[in-house]
Amino acid sequence: MINVIREPLIFEISSPGKSGFRLPALDVPEKLEILEGLPVREDIEGFPEVSETEITRHFTRLSQMNYCVDFGFYPLGSCTMKYNPKVNEKVAAMPGLAGVHPLAPEKLTQGNLELMKTMERLLCEITGMDAVSLQPAAGAHGELTGMMLIRAYHQAHGNPRKYVLIPDSAHGTNPSSAHICGYTVREIKSNERGTISLEDLEREMTDEVAALMVTNPNTLGVFESDICQIADIVHSKGGFVYMDGANLNALAGVIRPGDMKVDVLHLNLHKTFSTPHGGGGPGSGPVAVKKILEPYLPVPIIEEKDGQFYFNYNRPQSIGRVKSFYGQFLVVLKALAYLLALGPAGLREMTEIAVLNSNYIRKSLEGIYHLKYDSPTLHECVFSDKFQKEFGISNLDISKRLLDYGLHPPTMSFPLIVHGALMIEPTETESRRDLDLFIEAMKAIDREARENPELLRTAPHITYVRRLDEVQAARNPILRWEKK
Amino acid sequence: MSYIPISEKDKKEMLARIGVESVADLFCCLPESIRLKELLDLPGPLSEPEILEYFEKRGKMNLYDRYLSFLGGGAYDHFIPAVVDYLSSRGEFVSPYTPYQPEVSQGTLQVIFEFQTLICQLTGLDIANASLYDGATGAAEAVLMANRIKNKKRLLVASSVNPEYRQVIYTYTRNLGLEVVEIPYDALGRVDRKGLDSALNSQTSVLLCQSPNYFGVVEDLKALGELAHNHDALLTVVISEPLSLGLLEAPGKLGADIVTGETQSFGLPLSYGGPYLGFMACKKEFVRQLPGRIAGQTVDTEGRRGFVLTLSTREQHIRREKATSNICTNQAHCALRATIYLETLGRQGLKKLAWLNLQKAAYALEKLTAIPGVRRKFGGPVFNEFVLEFPVDWSRISKKLEGKGILGGLALGKDYQGLEKCALITITEKHSREKIDRFAQVLEEVLK
Repeated sequence: MINVIREPLIFEISSPGKSGFRLPALDVPEKLEILEGLPVREDIEGFPEVSETEITRHFTRLSQMNYCVDFGFYPLGSCTMKYNPKVNEKVAAMPGLAGVHPLAPEKLTQGNLELMKTMERLLCEITGMDAVSLQPAAGAHGELTGMMLIRAYHQAHGNPRKYVLIPDSAHGTNPSSAHICGYTVREIKSNERGTISLEDLEREMTDEVAALMVTNPNTLGVFESDICQIADIVHSKGGFVYMDGANLNALAGVIRPGDMKVDVLHLNLHKTFSTPHGGGGPGSGPVAVKKILEPYLPVPIIEEKDGQFYFNYNRPQSIGRVKSFYGQFLVVLKALAYLLALGPAGLREMTEIAVLNSNYIRKSLEGIYHLKYDSPTLHECVFSDKFQKEFGISNLDISKRLLDYGLHPPTMSFPLIVHGALMIEPTETESRRDLDLFIEAMKAIDREARENPELLRTAPHITYVRRLDEVQAARNPILRWEKK
Repeated sequence: MSYIPISEKDKKEMLARIGVESVADLFCCLPESIRLKELLDLPGPLSEPEILEYFEKRGKMNLYDRYLSFLGGGAYDHFIPAVVDYLSSRGEFVSPYTPYQPEVSQGTLQVIFEFQTLICQLTGLDIANASLYDGATGAAEAVLMANRIKNKKRLLVASSVNPEYRQVIYTYTRNLGLEVVEIPYDALGRVDRKGLDSALNSQTSVLLCQSPNYFGVVEDLKALGELAHNHDALLTVVISEPLSLGLLEAPGKLGADIVTGETQSFGLPLSYGGPYLGFMACKKEFVRQLPGRIAGQTVDTEGRRGFVLTLSTREQHIRREKATSNICTNQAHCALRATIYLETLGRQGLKKLAWLNLQKAAYALEKLTAIPGVRRKFGGPVFNEFVLEFPVDWSRISKKLEGKGILGGLALGKDYQGLEKCALITITEKHSREKIDRFAQVLEEVLK
């Protein structure tokens, strides 16, 4: 981390009269009477006034305080922090594609419509599903959309049903999305292998259950090998199988959710399909369905007739809109550029190396860090801090110490079934050297835990700020700057 | 093209360490019968030049840039200062994830904190979040939030709210047993007071209105707020053209409890509809019900100021099904762009830009309504959008205008019964006087 001068807030370096952008003069006669009847503000109190130089320095310095994928290894489990190809950025900035108003007549936007339709087709092919909507803006949004489709089907068939089954290893957005859809969540326990207990599922699956939400491979990186049987149990009572596609980086090109009897899933273009995370979005969460749910897809859908693409709004069974316009179009462009770069062999290789890299790390750290589940894992693995706990060291301490090694820590906040979790997903875009650097750092930290635990408890030492008081932040929230 | 830095030699050695013969062995847990035996039917692989050519070709298939456009209605064409692209494209802003490890994410977190502050300053409210997907989902989240706060099932939504925003509200509220009632608009193009009065009752959580609304008309928020509060309901305002806040009084000062909306105008290209940028701000007392991420200020172990994501017990990764929203990944990079944009324009620039938009729109309104047969539909005051009424159905006129290279406005007939002869016209600082004059000239010809 570069140790720079403390960077103030923009409001603290602001001084009256400055602006960073010159506007052209008004070229029409100025009329003051049009202000009549308008509630005009006196001022925008506290709004910053700085020059372009100060803007450039401010944001350049702020950027240097960020760790990022372009800087180094970023093994956040279930986030798939793979390299973001730069040609994708160039594509998304093309004015001919990005400068188009969403409400322009379709005959003037045939290029954009064709691109979206192509992406839909490619995602159908990859997932083995029948139809796709690109409208949802992120994974959680796709989950909500998928659950709404399921509900709409059940409703149309007389009974929306009451419950959704979710494994205890699931990501927090799963129960949250089910809840917003009006369902009550029932938890399915994981068995000793870390996978869904079939007995539990048999018992919980009734005709009041609308769906099972499953992540495959699950958040432990373990493939639900019984997935077809699981689907059969759910289908036998008229329920749907929803798959959280966040972990598609372990499957793409090797196996298809559609063949696993999944009825609907969402994809994360900002995970599997390399679009950048941007510090927290924008992502894109397209939803893919089997024919049975196709009539309920969000409106509009893109159709083709006589070589012309158009938006079809005449969809009486549709759940409606989940977002304005058509989706995260520029993000879709980046993902499409990525798929074109990979081709079918490249897609398969992506998955194979993602799984290779993760298993390499797993084998190298087994015995040094505790692995709660023995089961084979695919693109990610979950260790815990159990061994290091004996020296008073937690996964938090291990993570903070990793920062001193110039590495980003793994995911810690889930799955809930592993206490002190360290969920590691390297992705396929890491070199052997970077993997080995991480492995060596983790080994060194384990040694430090035994020989010098205080060093870990007070980590990080070399970052821009040391450990931050999150308790104080929540207890006395300061959520904006204010003039003193 | 491959982005994989693992060589064949690496592969062999890694497989040896793992203790398997081949990569295929690592997939043994997948059911054999459904494992793919062949490669998928996908295009590519393409080289970088071929990728660029592919997309350039599709760009040429789009003919939009050959037209002079006056389209708005939730997506606005404003100038974007060069610094916005330049600074936001830095890898340190593009390629990190959510700032869950704050010690190495102070850049992202400080930007969020500044964004939140700017939104509070513009809206006149106390707290803002780090972003939502767009204005439409913001409107949906806002009514759900009001429902959680007031615990009453009736939600009033003005029909002068953007039709797509209303559609998203219906989709979100349909499964939750909530009653959504639409309030009509009056002859001025504003929320009909009589209609509102008869709809408000003790079971109402919220009145949601848009200002400037879909017709471009600025609502009397103070009056609407008083009516809503008299019935113990919240006033929520959704804004699709936030540039209006550079000129108009902050809704928070006029009685709004929650303000949400779209910030695409602040530094985002038209993008064919996405990614855009939703925002939400509220009064202090509602903070625990605010959806989305929030950055807060704190100190580190050495007393240095720093920023962290905070109040996470509202969110899905902690609260799961009891969370205020399921939102996880939001629009952070778009919020970065908006932050750079707003700080670059600054207090002077934003006020001046709003003034340019207001004056040019007034000029256009005057020129266009001077044409025989064209009349201003609504008398309520406007900012940079307005509705005109024509002697015949707008669809006939717009076809002719298109033939002359002009996209004159948005049809209202498909969303509003009785407005088939009307169109919504939008003016921004990108419309020079010449362009507006040409529009007027061509329109006059077409109407003859």
